[in-house]
Amino acid sequence: MNLFNHWHRYWVTFVTIFTKEILRFTRIWVQTILPSVITTTLYFVIFGRLIGGRIGPMEGFAYLDFIVPGLVLMGVITNSYSNVVSSFYSSKFSRYIEELLISPAPNWVILSGYVAGGVARGLVVGGAVMLVAMIFTDIQIHSLWIMLLICLMTATLFSLGGFINAIYANSFDDISIVPTFVLTPLTYLGGVFYSIELLPDVWQTLSLINPLLYMVNAFRYGLLGVSDIPIGLAFGMILVLIIVLIAMSLSLLRRGVGIKT
Amino acid sequence: MPALAVQQLTKTYKGGFQALKGIDLSVEQGDFFALLGPNGAGKSTFIGIVASLVNKTAGSVNVFGHDLDRDPEGVKSCIGLVPQEFNFNLFLPVFEVVLNQAGYYGIPRREAKVRAERSLRQLDLWDRRDTEMRKLSGGLKRRLMIARALVHQPRLLILDEPTAGVDIEIRRSMWSFLRKLNAEGTTIILTTHYLEEAESLCRNIAIINRGEIAERTSVAALLNTLHTETFVLNLKGRVSELPELGGFVLQHLDDCTLEVEMNRDHTINGLFDALSRNGIEVISLRNKQNRLERLFLEMVDRRVADTGDGA
Repeated sequence: MNLFNHWHRYWVTFVTIFTKEILRFTRIWVQTILPSVITTTLYFVIFGRLIGGRIGPMEGFAYLDFIVPGLVLMGVITNSYSNVVSSFYSSKFSRYIEELLISPAPNWVILSGYVAGGVARGLVVGGAVMLVAMIFTDIQIHSLWIMLLICLMTATLFSLGGFINAIYANSFDDISIVPTFVLTPLTYLGGVFYSIELLPDVWQTLSLINPLLYMVNAFRYGLLGVSDIPIGLAFGMILVLIIVLIAMSLSLLRRGVGIKT
Repeated sequence: MPALAVQQLTKTYKGGFQALKGIDLSVEQGDFFALLGPNGAGKSTFIGIVASLVNKTAGSVNVFGHDLDRDPEGVKSCIGLVPQEFNFNLFLPVFEVVLNQAGYYGIPRREAKVRAERSLRQLDLWDRRDTEMRKLSGGLKRRLMIARALVHQPRLLILDEPTAGVDIEIRRSMWSFLRKLNAEGTTIILTTHYLEEAESLCRNIAIINRGEIAERTSVAALLNTLHTETFVLNLKGRVSELPELGGFVLQHLDDCTLEVEMNRDHTINGLFDALSRNGIEVISLRNKQNRLERLFLEMVDRRVADTGDGA
């Protein structure tokens, strides 16, 4: 009974943080959801319809179809990351993180709540971009489960990344550095718009150290059934990275880095 | 079992500054306890450690039998904190702030709503429940911090400068509320710069200075150590020449106002008798300085003199 109470309490705390996060990004949906949808719609129109029409098929698919998985995953990555980094940093900046720190909520519950919020936003935006893609293409989904699983794991991974970024951030500038100078280049170079088979050997090899390449390709496999890399390797790598970032986040929370004096 | 028992509590910040130097302190259940000290004495560090906002360097903290190292969740469940600085999400409505806090303590939503309403009503904030935080005045925000801290019904309420910057009316209503809360069994620890507040509310007191407990006693015992008291008298009519009154030292502030210093073995009745005999009529009187404030200043001055600082 006592154990049940314990877990029930944790569950209530998790749901409170998760609900707070959902309400946060849905209240300001014009800032959080709409921009990604508009941007990717422009990508579909410009790269898919206008320029893509002049590009031949890629890995057996029309160029517009080929870029859909990358664009969906780009929305997932960017939004899951920015949701957690901005929400957690704001709570640090305005000190209302103290509401949680003084409560009996264990660190893993706090982390789960924020990550779940980031995953939710990532999936909402990913879903919205997917709906837009349906308007421009008539893609037949190869494996819904692989697609959903990769989406979920990627969103989890980048939510954790956003959390760690927020812990170390000391200013609002610090929360935009990683998305601008790390995430965006890695996403663009991660095979969103091209197959790495088009690259010279050296660049192909270099591309393999980009973790986003694995995610984009695994998602592309789920959607189209084609991939530049083995799908099992992609799953394994994302899983390992998630475990590493969870361990790192919990260690930072336990030591109070960036949030306690 | 004390409400709070702290042993050898030490905090050394990066760079070597020692904010707390092995503090031992115990607060009994049901007490209304004041923690006083000048700025930078270590009060907020002390409270921060007890409330899990600051990592301690050494020592132990025990709250209602729960050890902070072994059972932090038990400690946190017992404590409600009203911090010195506002720490709200300014874009949330009042009700949601309190509701979320209840949720963080694991209180199911249905019950949390009932408790949040009760807390807000207790602090006269229910009518403001839909107002966004940023639209509240400073005084209302202070009251909301108390409502938020009480939503999980803590056994120990810690208030760090709870009435800083609020007007007299709100301050008095907060005092009255805190007295009632304490009478109902909640142990209260507060820090304040308004020593009148400590004198009026608290039974026991600790003065912390330079990271050490300089004094730990009851407010009554502390006030008994005062040898003299000074009053300011408003007179009916002008008094140009001051009479000699044994045991009382009189001084003109202006023609219609006197300052009188008297030993504690004299009474105010005696003062009035002596003034009446000399044809001086008094309209009103007040303490020149809050008594606790005077003691506090004496104590800090003495410490500075002892350590040779301030030279």
